Amino acid sequence: MELLKNLIFYLFVVLTIGSACVVVFHKRIIYSAFALLGAFFGVAALYLYLQADFLAASQVLIYVGGILTLIIFGVFLTAKITTLEIPDETHQRYLALIPVGLLGVGLFWMIFSTPWGGQAGMPVLPDPQPTTQALGKLLLTDYLVPFEVASMLLLAALIGAMRLARFYKKEND
Amino acid sequence: MNNLTTYLAISAILFLLGLLAMMTRKNAVSVLMGVELVLNSAGLNFVAFNRFNGGGVNGQAAALFIMIIAAAEAAVALAIFLNLYRLKATAEVDKADTLQW
Repeated sequence: MELLKNLIFYLFVVLTIGSACVVVFHKRIIYSAFALLGAFFGVAALYLYLQADFLAASQVLIYVGGILTLIIFGVFLTAKITTLEIPDETHQRYLALIPVGLLGVGLFWMIFSTPWGGQAGMPVLPDPQPTTQALGKLLLTDYLVPFEVASMLLLAALIGAMRLARFYKKEND
Repeated sequence: MNNLTTYLAISAILFLLGLLAMMTRKNAVSVLMGVELVLNSAGLNFVAFNRFNGGGVNGQAAALFIMIIAAAEAAVALAIFLNLYRLKATAEVDKADTLQW
């Protein structure tokens, strides 16, 4: 049972990281866009393993249902739609590996050398509680102001995006 | 599998991949995908620290706000890309080099 659990966990890890690799390295942007689906689903599954059930659901709803759809629309609207083979060139491919590699070495050194303390090796709780109620209470008490600011931000982004994406005829020049 | 360093390592890899996408891709939509990967890794970090180093759901609330900001950012960014495409007939970030037209 424990073995199966671990196996499924690592399956999701491979799904996440493999899809992210496809997103980054694939030559065709439409493949990248669809590989993003796997990465988002993998992160949602990892949220489930971290006992964040509400977050996993909203990850699927917001990222897969909202952002990914937007991105695929973006891909098609900013390319010739008749060909599916939209190439996506890369530049500075090897130059970029230097800072990313250095940062990666630093990050991993930090992650594996820091004594994180706390309950770092904590086993899974016997009966994980749903987090929806706790999150809702938190959002309407401690985080009320950020919550309202976030809704204002979403409204502003909505109106701003509509204003930006509208087609204008040039009038004078 | 179930310890903090595993999750931190996964999210570090996601972060580095997103960073690489942002640095190397020419198409603006691909750069946006890199940004989404980085935001996902940040959210994963928040939830992992919340799970292993504290009670409550404070970290999950932070991850929720990250999601909200990612949604707003994606909408505005794609509107900007549409405008760029209309002006320059390309979505490559290198070509966005005019300040006024």
